[in-house]
Amino acid sequence: MKLLTCPVNGPRPISEFACGGEFRQMPDPARASDEEWADYVFNRNGAPGVKREWWCHIPSNTWFLAERDTARDLVLRTWLYDGETA
Amino acid sequence: MPWRLLRFALSGKHPEPRMFTRHERLRPAYDCVIIGGGGHGLACAYYLAREHGMTNVAVLEKGYIGGGNTGRNTTIIRSNYLTPEGVKFYDASVKLWQDLSQDFDLNLFYSNRGHFTLAHTDAALRTMRWRAEVNKHYGVDSEVVGAEAVKAACPLIDLSCGGHAPILGALYHAPGSIARHDAVAWGYGRGADRRGVEIHQQTEVLGVDVRGGRVQGVQTSRGYVATPKVLCAVAGFTPRITDMVGLRTPIFVHPLQAMVSEPMKPWLDPILVSGSLHIYVSQSARGELVMGASLDPYEVQSTRSTLDFVEGLAAHMLDMFPFLSHAKVMRQWAGMADMTPDFAPIMGRTPVEGFYLDAGWGTWGFKATPICGKTMSWTVANDRNHELIAGFTLDRFRDFALTGEKGAASVGH
Repeated sequence: MKLLTCPVNGPRPISEFACGGEFRQMPDPARASDEEWADYVFNRNGAPGVKREWWCHIPSNTWFLAERDTARDLVLRTWLYDGETA
Repeated sequence: MPWRLLRFALSGKHPEPRMFTRHERLRPAYDCVIIGGGGHGLACAYYLAREHGMTNVAVLEKGYIGGGNTGRNTTIIRSNYLTPEGVKFYDASVKLWQDLSQDFDLNLFYSNRGHFTLAHTDAALRTMRWRAEVNKHYGVDSEVVGAEAVKAACPLIDLSCGGHAPILGALYHAPGSIARHDAVAWGYGRGADRRGVEIHQQTEVLGVDVRGGRVQGVQTSRGYVATPKVLCAVAGFTPRITDMVGLRTPIFVHPLQAMVSEPMKPWLDPILVSGSLHIYVSQSARGELVMGASLDPYEVQSTRSTLDFVEGLAAHMLDMFPFLSHAKVMRQWAGMADMTPDFAPIMGRTPVEGFYLDAGWGTWGFKATPICGKTMSWTVANDRNHELIAGFTLDRFRDFALTGEKGAASVGH
Protein backbone atom coordinates (compact mmCIF):
# COMPACT_ATOMS: atom_id res chain seq x y z
CA MET A 1 0.00 0.00 0.00
CA LYS A 2 1.30 3.44 -0.82
CA LEU A 3 1.29 6.02 1.95
CA LEU A 4 1.05 9.79 1.87
CA THR A 5 1.74 12.00 4.86
CA CYS A 6 -1.02 14.49 5.56
CA PRO A 7 0.41 17.50 7.46
CA VAL A 8 -2.53 17.26 9.89
CA ASN A 9 -3.33 13.54 10.11
CA GLY A 10 0.06 11.94 9.52
CA PRO A 11 0.78 9.02 7.18
CA ARG A 12 -2.41 7.59 5.64
CA PRO A 13 -3.12 5.16 2.74
CA ILE A 14 -3.00 7.05 -0.56
CA SER A 15 -6.52 5.87 -1.39
CA GLU A 16 -7.76 8.40 1.21
CA PHE A 17 -6.37 11.26 -0.86
CA ALA A 18 -7.32 13.04 -4.07
CA CYS A 19 -4.79 14.82 -6.25
CA GLY A 20 -5.82 18.36 -7.17
CA GLY A 21 -3.22 18.85 -9.89
CA GLU A 22 -0.11 20.95 -10.17
CA PHE A 23 0.19 24.19 -8.18
CA ARG A 24 -0.13 27.01 -10.73
CA GLN A 25 -0.63 30.77 -10.67
CA MET A 26 -3.91 31.82 -12.27
CA PRO A 27 -3.59 34.75 -14.67
CA ASP A 28 -5.96 37.66 -14.04
CA PRO A 29 -9.09 36.59 -16.01
CA ALA A 30 -10.01 40.21 -16.73
CA ARG A 31 -6.65 41.00 -18.33
CA ALA A 32 -5.50 37.71 -19.82
CA SER A 33 -5.86 37.30 -23.58
CA ASP A 34 -7.94 34.37 -24.86
CA GLU A 35 -4.73 32.58 -25.75
CA GLU A 36 -3.20 33.03 -22.27
CA TRP A 37 -6.46 31.87 -20.70
CA ALA A 38 -6.66 28.76 -22.93
CA ASP A 39 -3.06 27.99 -22.03
CA TYR A 40 -3.92 28.22 -18.32
CA VAL A 41 -7.13 26.18 -18.63
CA PHE A 42 -5.83 23.32 -20.79
CA ASN A 43 -2.06 23.08 -21.06
CA ARG A 44 -0.07 21.09 -18.51
CA ASN A 45 3.53 20.29 -17.70
CA GLY A 46 3.29 16.65 -18.70
CA ALA A 47 6.99 15.78 -18.59
CA PRO A 48 8.27 13.88 -15.55
CA GLY A 49 10.06 15.71 -12.76
CA VAL A 50 9.71 17.06 -9.25
CA LYS A 51 6.34 18.82 -9.14
CA ARG A 52 4.44 20.86 -6.58
CA GLU A 53 0.84 19.67 -6.36
CA TRP A 54 -2.39 20.23 -4.47
CA TRP A 55 -3.61 17.17 -2.56
CA CYS A 56 -6.65 16.69 -0.36
CA HIS A 57 -7.08 14.26 2.53
CA ILE A 58 -10.73 13.45 1.80
CA PRO A 59 -12.03 12.21 5.22
CA SER A 60 -10.85 15.39 6.94
CA ASN A 61 -11.08 17.65 3.87
CA THR A 62 -7.55 18.93 4.42
CA TRP A 63 -6.03 20.62 1.38
CA PHE A 64 -2.25 20.82 1.38
CA LEU A 65 0.77 20.97 -0.93
CA ALA A 66 3.07 18.10 -1.80
CA GLU A 67 6.36 17.96 -3.64
CA ARG A 68 6.44 14.77 -5.66
CA ASP A 69 8.87 13.18 -8.10
CA THR A 70 6.54 11.83 -10.82
CA ALA A 71 9.28 9.77 -12.48
CA ARG A 72 10.21 7.85 -9.32
CA ASP A 73 6.71 7.97 -7.76
CA LEU A 74 8.16 9.43 -4.58
CA VAL A 75 6.70 12.10 -2.28
CA LEU A 76 9.51 14.40 -1.11
CA ARG A 77 7.55 16.53 1.39
CA THR A 78 4.07 17.77 2.26
CA TRP A 79 3.02 21.00 3.99
CA LEU A 80 0.02 23.23 4.61
CA TYR A 81 -0.39 26.16 2.24
CA ASP A 82 0.46 29.40 3.99
CA GLY A 83 0.36 31.82 1.08
CA GLU A 84 3.92 30.91 0.17
CA THR A 85 4.67 27.98 -2.09
CA ALA A 86 8.31 27.40 -1.24
CA MET B 1 6.98 -32.83 -39.31
CA PRO B 2 7.17 -30.52 -42.31
CA TRP B 3 10.46 -31.24 -44.15
CA ARG B 4 11.26 -27.59 -44.62
CA LEU B 5 11.89 -27.27 -40.87
CA LEU B 6 14.92 -29.55 -41.33
CA ARG B 7 16.78 -26.67 -42.92
CA PHE B 8 16.72 -24.86 -39.59
CA ALA B 9 18.31 -27.84 -37.84
CA LEU B 10 20.98 -28.50 -40.47
CA SER B 11 22.05 -25.01 -41.43
CA GLY B 12 24.70 -23.25 -39.36
CA LYS B 13 23.19 -19.86 -40.08
CA HIS B 14 19.49 -18.93 -39.83
CA PRO B 15 18.33 -20.01 -43.33
CA GLU B 16 15.59 -17.41 -43.84
CA PRO B 17 15.64 -13.63 -43.76
CA ARG B 18 14.94 -12.24 -40.29
CA MET B 19 11.74 -10.34 -39.75
CA PHE B 20 13.59 -7.03 -39.58
CA THR B 21 16.82 -5.87 -41.17
CA ARG B 22 19.45 -4.74 -38.71
CA HIS B 23 21.10 -1.48 -39.74
CA GLU B 24 24.58 -0.83 -38.38
CA ARG B 25 24.43 2.94 -38.62
CA LEU B 26 22.01 5.77 -39.25
CA ARG B 27 22.11 7.58 -42.59
CA PRO B 28 23.10 11.26 -42.37
CA ALA B 29 19.70 12.38 -43.66
CA TYR B 30 16.16 11.08 -44.08
CA ASP B 31 13.03 12.48 -45.73
CA CYS B 32 11.13 11.73 -42.56
CA VAL B 33 12.00 10.53 -39.07
CA ILE B 34 9.35 8.78 -37.00
CA ILE B 35 9.98 8.80 -33.26
CA GLY B 36 8.50 5.69 -31.67
CA GLY B 37 8.50 2.13 -33.01
CA GLY B 38 5.11 1.13 -31.66
CA GLY B 39 2.05 0.23 -33.70
CA HIS B 40 1.25 3.83 -34.62
CA GLY B 41 4.77 4.79 -35.72
CA LEU B 42 5.31 1.59 -37.70
CA ALA B 43 1.86 1.82 -39.32
CA CYS B 44 2.67 5.35 -40.43
CA ALA B 45 6.02 4.17 -41.85
CA TYR B 46 4.26 1.31 -43.63
CA TYR B 47 1.67 3.52 -45.34
CA LEU B 48 4.25 6.22 -46.12
CA ALA B 49 6.21 3.60 -48.06
CA ARG B 50 3.26 1.75 -49.56
CA GLU B 51 0.91 4.58 -50.47
CA HIS B 52 3.06 7.68 -50.72
CA GLY B 53 6.31 6.26 -52.10
CA MET B 54 8.37 7.70 -49.23
CA THR B 55 10.95 5.05 -48.32
CA ASN B 56 13.86 7.19 -47.11
CA VAL B 57 12.29 7.04 -43.67
CA ALA B 58 13.73 6.06 -40.29
CA VAL B 59 11.74 4.78 -37.34
CA LEU B 60 13.67 5.46 -34.12
CA GLU B 61 12.77 3.33 -31.13
CA LYS B 62 14.31 3.84 -27.70
CA GLY B 63 13.57 0.28 -26.54
CA TYR B 64 12.30 -2.49 -28.76
CA ILE B 65 9.50 -2.74 -31.32
CA GLY B 66 6.04 -2.73 -29.77
CA GLY B 67 7.44 -2.64 -26.22
CA GLY B 68 5.43 0.38 -25.13
CA ASN B 69 1.68 0.75 -25.04
CA THR B 70 1.31 -1.40 -28.19
CA GLY B 71 2.27 -4.40 -26.07
CA ARG B 72 0.51 -3.22 -22.91
CA ASN B 73 -3.10 -2.62 -23.95
CA THR B 74 -6.01 -5.04 -23.63
CA THR B 75 -6.37 -5.35 -27.45
CA ILE B 76 -10.02 -4.34 -27.79
CA ILE B 77 -11.13 -3.03 -31.18
CA ARG B 78 -14.46 -1.20 -31.52
CA SER B 79 -16.01 1.89 -33.05
CA ASN B 80 -19.08 2.62 -30.89
CA TYR B 81 -17.98 6.12 -29.95
CA LEU B 82 -20.07 9.15 -29.06
CA THR B 83 -19.02 12.05 -31.27
CA PRO B 84 -19.44 12.05 -35.07
CA GLU B 85 -15.67 12.68 -35.44
CA GLY B 86 -14.88 9.68 -33.25
CA VAL B 87 -17.40 7.30 -34.84
CA LYS B 88 -16.26 8.04 -38.41
CA PHE B 89 -12.59 7.74 -37.48
CA TYR B 90 -12.79 4.49 -35.52
CA ASP B 91 -15.19 2.94 -38.03
CA ALA B 92 -12.63 3.49 -40.79
CA SER B 93 -10.13 1.78 -38.50
CA VAL B 94 -12.35 -1.27 -37.89
CA LYS B 95 -12.74 -1.69 -41.66
CA LEU B 96 -8.96 -1.69 -42.08
CA TRP B 97 -8.54 -4.20 -39.25
CA GLN B 98 -10.80 -6.73 -40.91
CA ASP B 99 -8.36 -7.59 -43.71
CA LEU B 100 -5.09 -6.61 -42.11
CA SER B 101 -3.95 -10.23 -41.65
CA GLN B 102 -4.22 -10.81 -45.41
CA ASP B 103 -2.55 -7.49 -46.05
CA PHE B 104 0.48 -8.53 -43.94
CA ASP B 105 0.37 -12.28 -44.67
CA LEU B 106 0.71 -12.66 -40.91
CA ASN B 107 -1.86 -14.09 -38.51
CA LEU B 108 -3.00 -11.33 -36.16
CA PHE B 109 -5.46 -13.63 -34.34
CA TYR B 110 -8.10 -11.06 -35.21
CA SER B 111 -11.18 -12.44 -33.54
CA ASN B 112 -14.64 -10.92 -33.88
CA ARG B 113 -16.39 -11.38 -30.53
CA GLY B 114 -19.14 -8.80 -30.11
CA HIS B 115 -18.80 -6.13 -27.44
CA PHE B 116 -21.22 -5.43 -24.57
CA THR B 117 -20.98 -2.20 -22.59
CA LEU B 118 -23.03 -3.00 -19.50
CA ALA B 119 -25.41 -0.49 -17.97
CA HIS B 120 -26.04 -0.74 -14.23
CA THR B 121 -27.94 2.54 -13.91
CA ASP B 122 -30.64 4.45 -15.79
CA ALA B 123 -28.14 7.21 -16.50
CA ALA B 124 -25.74 4.75 -18.15
CA LEU B 125 -28.57 3.30 -20.22
CA ARG B 126 -29.49 6.80 -21.40
CA THR B 127 -25.90 7.46 -22.59
CA MET B 128 -25.97 4.12 -24.39
CA ARG B 129 -29.15 4.98 -26.28
CA TRP B 130 -27.48 8.21 -27.32
CA ARG B 131 -24.36 6.36 -28.46
CA ALA B 132 -26.45 3.75 -30.32
CA GLU B 133 -28.31 6.47 -32.24
CA VAL B 134 -25.10 8.31 -33.20
CA ASN B 135 -23.57 5.00 -34.27
CA LYS B 136 -26.55 3.95 -36.38
CA HIS B 137 -26.64 7.34 -38.06
CA TYR B 138 -23.09 6.73 -39.30
CA GLY B 139 -23.81 3.12 -40.28
CA VAL B 140 -22.06 1.50 -37.32
CA ASP B 141 -23.69 -1.67 -36.00
CA SER B 142 -24.73 -0.76 -32.44
CA GLU B 143 -27.91 -1.33 -30.44
CA VAL B 144 -29.24 -1.22 -26.90
CA VAL B 145 -30.19 -4.68 -25.64
CA GLY B 146 -31.77 -5.99 -22.46
CA ALA B 147 -30.10 -7.93 -19.67
CA GLU B 148 -31.41 -11.22 -21.09
CA ALA B 149 -29.29 -10.72 -24.22
CA VAL B 150 -26.21 -10.39 -22.01
CA LYS B 151 -27.14 -13.61 -20.18
CA ALA B 152 -27.67 -15.42 -23.50
CA ALA B 153 -24.24 -14.40 -24.79
CA CYS B 154 -22.51 -15.08 -21.48
CA PRO B 155 -24.48 -17.62 -19.39
CA LEU B 156 -21.96 -17.61 -16.51
CA ILE B 157 -22.50 -13.97 -15.60
CA ASP B 158 -24.25 -12.99 -12.36
CA LEU B 159 -26.71 -10.39 -13.67
CA SER B 160 -27.25 -8.95 -10.20
CA CYS B 161 -23.48 -8.41 -9.76
CA GLY B 162 -23.58 -9.56 -6.16
CA GLY B 163 -26.86 -7.73 -5.62
CA HIS B 164 -25.47 -4.21 -5.50
CA ALA B 165 -25.11 -3.28 -9.17
CA PRO B 166 -27.73 -5.21 -11.18
CA ILE B 167 -27.29 -5.11 -14.95
CA LEU B 168 -30.21 -3.28 -16.59
CA GLY B 169 -29.13 -3.60 -20.19
CA ALA B 170 -26.18 -3.06 -22.47
CA LEU B 171 -24.94 -1.37 -25.61
CA TYR B 172 -24.17 -4.21 -28.01
CA HIS B 173 -21.62 -3.62 -30.74
CA ALA B 174 -21.33 -6.66 -33.01
CA PRO B 175 -18.03 -5.66 -34.76
CA GLY B 176 -16.18 -5.54 -31.40
CA SER B 177 -13.01 -7.64 -31.73
CA ILE B 178 -9.67 -8.49 -30.22
CA ALA B 179 -6.31 -9.09 -31.92
CA ARG B 180 -2.81 -10.10 -30.95
CA HIS B 181 -1.17 -6.74 -30.32
CA ASP B 182 2.51 -7.71 -30.75
CA ALA B 183 1.78 -9.16 -34.17
CA VAL B 184 0.28 -5.84 -35.26
CA ALA B 185 3.56 -4.05 -34.58
CA TRP B 186 5.54 -6.86 -36.26
CA GLY B 187 3.26 -6.91 -39.32
CA TYR B 188 3.54 -3.17 -39.88
CA GLY B 189 7.26 -3.23 -39.08
CA ARG B 190 8.03 -6.07 -41.48
CA GLY B 191 5.92 -4.47 -44.22
CA ALA B 192 7.73 -1.15 -43.79
CA ASP B 193 11.14 -2.84 -43.56
CA ARG B 194 10.59 -4.75 -46.83
CA ARG B 195 9.70 -1.52 -48.58
CA GLY B 196 12.96 0.13 -47.55
CA VAL B 197 12.11 1.91 -44.31
CA GLU B 198 14.89 1.68 -41.70
CA ILE B 199 13.86 0.62 -38.22
CA HIS B 200 16.45 1.49 -35.57
CA GLN B 201 15.84 -0.04 -32.16
CA GLN B 202 17.81 0.96 -29.06
CA THR B 203 18.03 4.46 -30.51
CA GLU B 204 16.87 7.22 -28.21
CA VAL B 205 16.00 10.72 -29.37
CA LEU B 206 17.85 13.25 -27.21
CA GLY B 207 16.78 16.44 -28.94
CA VAL B 208 14.91 17.82 -31.93
CA ASP B 209 16.76 20.50 -33.85
CA VAL B 210 14.35 23.37 -34.60
CA ARG B 211 15.63 26.53 -36.27
CA GLY B 212 13.51 29.38 -37.56
CA GLY B 213 10.34 27.56 -36.48
CA ARG B 214 11.25 24.61 -38.69
CA VAL B 215 12.45 21.10 -37.98
CA GLN B 216 16.03 20.59 -39.23
CA GLY B 217 17.06 17.30 -37.69
CA VAL B 218 17.11 14.98 -34.73
CA GLN B 219 19.87 14.34 -32.19
CA THR B 220 19.91 10.68 -31.20
CA SER B 221 21.96 8.47 -28.89
CA ARG B 222 23.68 7.22 -32.08
CA GLY B 223 24.40 10.55 -33.70
CA TYR B 224 22.71 13.41 -35.54
CA VAL B 225 20.40 12.94 -38.52
CA ALA B 226 19.07 15.72 -40.72
CA THR B 227 15.40 15.63 -41.68
CA PRO B 228 12.70 18.12 -42.68
CA LYS B 229 9.89 16.09 -41.11
CA VAL B 230 9.49 14.49 -37.70
CA LEU B 231 6.47 12.49 -36.57
CA CYS B 232 6.14 12.01 -32.83
CA ALA B 233 4.26 8.78 -31.96
CA VAL B 234 5.51 8.02 -28.47
CA ALA B 235 2.36 7.77 -26.30
CA GLY B 236 3.34 8.38 -22.65
CA PHE B 237 6.65 9.98 -23.63
CA THR B 238 4.96 12.73 -25.70
CA PRO B 239 5.50 15.59 -23.20
CA ARG B 240 9.26 14.91 -23.18
CA ILE B 241 9.41 15.23 -26.97
CA THR B 242 7.11 18.27 -27.19
CA ASP B 243 9.30 19.98 -24.57
CA MET B 244 12.24 19.48 -26.97
CA VAL B 245 10.50 21.58 -29.63
CA GLY B 246 9.00 24.07 -27.16
CA LEU B 247 5.38 23.09 -27.75
CA ARG B 248 2.80 23.37 -24.95
CA THR B 249 0.12 20.65 -24.89
CA PRO B 250 -2.69 19.60 -22.53
CA ILE B 251 -1.30 16.06 -22.28
CA PHE B 252 -0.89 14.57 -18.81
CA VAL B 253 0.39 11.07 -18.10
CA HIS B 254 -1.31 8.60 -15.78
CA PRO B 255 -0.54 4.88 -15.50
CA LEU B 256 -3.12 2.44 -16.81
CA GLN B 257 -2.84 -1.06 -15.40
CA ALA B 258 -3.98 -4.45 -16.65
CA MET B 259 -3.63 -8.11 -15.73
CA VAL B 260 -4.27 -11.62 -17.07
CA SER B 261 -5.51 -14.74 -15.33
CA GLU B 262 -4.20 -18.25 -15.75
CA PRO B 263 -5.43 -19.89 -18.98
CA MET B 264 -8.75 -21.71 -18.81
CA LYS B 265 -11.16 -23.45 -21.17
CA PRO B 266 -13.02 -21.02 -23.43
CA TRP B 267 -16.12 -19.78 -21.62
CA LEU B 268 -16.22 -16.04 -22.35
CA ASP B 269 -17.02 -15.35 -25.98
CA PRO B 270 -17.93 -11.64 -26.01
CA ILE B 271 -15.94 -8.68 -24.72
CA LEU B 272 -17.57 -7.25 -21.60
CA VAL B 273 -17.14 -3.72 -20.33
CA SER B 274 -18.64 -2.21 -17.21
CA GLY B 275 -18.19 1.47 -16.49
CA SER B 276 -19.75 1.19 -13.02
CA LEU B 277 -17.56 -1.72 -11.94
CA HIS B 278 -14.48 -0.34 -13.75
CA ILE B 279 -13.83 -3.51 -15.73
CA TYR B 280 -13.15 -4.58 -19.25
CA VAL B 281 -12.54 -8.23 -19.87
CA SER B 282 -12.14 -10.66 -22.77
CA GLN B 283 -10.71 -14.15 -23.13
CA SER B 284 -7.67 -14.42 -25.36
CA ALA B 285 -6.90 -17.17 -27.86
CA ARG B 286 -4.66 -18.71 -25.18
CA GLY B 287 -7.58 -18.89 -22.74
CA GLU B 288 -6.31 -16.18 -20.41
CA LEU B 289 -8.76 -13.58 -19.17
CA VAL B 290 -7.39 -10.18 -20.16
CA MET B 291 -8.63 -7.60 -17.68
CA GLY B 292 -8.27 -3.87 -17.34
CA ALA B 293 -9.66 -1.15 -15.11
CA SER B 294 -9.63 2.63 -14.92
CA LEU B 295 -6.61 4.90 -14.82
CA ASP B 296 -4.56 5.34 -11.68
CA PRO B 297 -5.86 8.56 -10.12
CA TYR B 298 -2.68 10.64 -10.20
CA GLU B 299 0.26 11.40 -12.45
CA VAL B 300 3.18 8.94 -12.47
CA GLN B 301 5.70 8.39 -15.27
CA SER B 302 6.62 4.81 -14.59
CA THR B 303 5.36 1.36 -15.53
CA ARG B 304 5.36 -0.20 -12.07
CA SER B 305 2.07 -1.82 -11.17
CA THR B 306 0.43 -2.03 -7.76
CA LEU B 307 -1.24 -4.60 -5.51
CA ASP B 308 -4.10 -2.15 -4.87
CA PHE B 309 -5.00 -2.44 -8.53
CA VAL B 310 -5.12 -6.25 -8.52
CA GLU B 311 -7.22 -6.32 -5.35
CA GLY B 312 -9.70 -3.75 -6.66
CA LEU B 313 -10.10 -5.30 -10.09
CA ALA B 314 -10.34 -8.85 -8.71
CA ALA B 315 -13.09 -7.77 -6.31
CA HIS B 316 -15.13 -6.31 -9.15
CA MET B 317 -14.54 -9.35 -11.34
CA LEU B 318 -15.99 -11.51 -8.56
CA ASP B 319 -19.12 -9.33 -8.50
CA MET B 320 -19.76 -10.37 -12.10
CA PHE B 321 -18.30 -13.89 -12.03
CA PRO B 322 -18.34 -15.33 -8.48
CA PHE B 323 -17.10 -18.72 -9.76
CA LEU B 324 -13.70 -17.16 -10.54
CA SER B 325 -12.81 -16.95 -6.85
CA HIS B 326 -10.17 -19.68 -7.26
CA ALA B 327 -8.70 -18.41 -10.52
CA LYS B 328 -5.13 -17.15 -10.27
CA VAL B 329 -3.66 -13.95 -11.62
CA MET B 330 -0.69 -14.68 -13.86
CA ARG B 331 0.74 -11.31 -14.78
CA GLN B 332 0.10 -7.65 -14.18
CA TRP B 333 1.66 -4.61 -15.77
CA ALA B 334 1.17 -0.91 -16.43
CA GLY B 335 1.49 1.46 -19.36
CA MET B 336 1.82 5.24 -19.42
CA ALA B 337 -1.34 6.71 -20.90
CA ASP B 338 -1.07 10.19 -22.47
CA MET B 339 -4.44 11.63 -21.52
CA THR B 340 -6.22 14.68 -22.94
CA PRO B 341 -8.96 16.80 -21.35
CA ASP B 342 -11.62 15.74 -23.89
CA PHE B 343 -10.66 12.06 -24.26
CA ALA B 344 -9.89 12.53 -27.95
CA PRO B 345 -6.43 12.29 -29.51
CA ILE B 346 -4.18 15.13 -30.68
CA MET B 347 -3.13 14.60 -34.29
CA GLY B 348 -1.71 16.41 -37.26
CA ARG B 349 0.40 19.48 -37.96
CA THR B 350 1.67 21.74 -35.20
CA PRO B 351 2.89 25.35 -35.00
CA VAL B 352 6.43 23.96 -35.54
CA GLU B 353 6.86 23.43 -39.31
CA GLY B 354 7.63 19.81 -40.10
CA PHE B 355 6.74 18.55 -36.61
CA TYR B 356 3.69 16.25 -36.60
CA LEU B 357 1.94 14.85 -33.56
CA ASP B 358 0.20 11.52 -33.19
CA ALA B 359 -0.47 11.73 -29.47
CA GLY B 360 -3.05 11.92 -26.74
CA TRP B 361 -3.88 8.29 -27.31
CA GLY B 362 -4.46 7.70 -23.61
CA THR B 363 -6.43 4.52 -23.16
CA TRP B 364 -7.92 4.26 -26.65
CA GLY B 365 -4.96 4.02 -29.03
CA PHE B 366 -4.63 0.36 -30.03
CA LYS B 367 -7.91 0.15 -31.94
CA ALA B 368 -6.91 3.22 -33.96
CA THR B 369 -3.52 1.87 -35.10
CA PRO B 370 -4.38 1.26 -38.80
CA ILE B 371 -6.32 4.47 -39.36
CA CYS B 372 -3.66 6.52 -37.56
CA GLY B 373 -1.08 5.08 -39.91
CA LYS B 374 -3.25 5.92 -42.92
CA THR B 375 -4.20 9.45 -41.91
CA MET B 376 -0.85 10.47 -40.41
CA SER B 377 1.12 9.19 -43.41
CA TRP B 378 -1.21 11.22 -45.67
CA THR B 379 -0.74 14.25 -43.42
CA VAL B 380 3.06 13.91 -43.38
CA ALA B 381 3.32 13.29 -47.15
CA ASN B 382 1.03 16.20 -48.10
CA ASP B 383 1.85 18.54 -45.19
CA ARG B 384 -1.91 19.00 -44.76
CA ASN B 385 -4.24 17.50 -42.15
CA HIS B 386 -6.25 14.55 -43.45
CA GLU B 387 -10.00 15.30 -43.34
CA LEU B 388 -10.68 12.46 -40.87
CA ILE B 389 -8.44 14.06 -38.24
CA ALA B 390 -9.76 17.62 -38.59
CA GLY B 391 -11.51 17.35 -35.20
CA PHE B 392 -8.35 16.19 -33.44
CA THR B 393 -5.85 19.00 -34.02
CA LEU B 394 -3.88 20.71 -31.26
CA ASP B 395 -5.54 24.05 -32.18
CA ARG B 396 -8.85 22.94 -30.73
CA PHE B 397 -7.69 23.78 -27.21
CA ARG B 398 -6.55 27.30 -28.17
CA ASP B 399 -9.95 27.79 -29.84
CA PHE B 400 -12.00 26.30 -26.97
CA ALA B 401 -13.47 23.79 -29.47
CA LEU B 402 -13.05 20.47 -27.69
CA THR B 403 -14.29 17.17 -29.11
CA GLY B 404 -15.91 15.66 -25.99
CA GLU B 405 -15.42 11.92 -26.26
CA LYS B 406 -15.63 11.22 -22.53
CA GLY B 407 -19.05 9.53 -22.75
CA ALA B 408 -17.54 6.80 -24.88
CA ALA B 409 -14.49 6.08 -22.76
CA SER B 410 -14.85 2.37 -22.15
CA VAL B 411 -14.54 2.78 -18.41
CA GLY B 412 -15.49 5.94 -16.52
CA HIS B 413 -12.11 7.42 -15.72
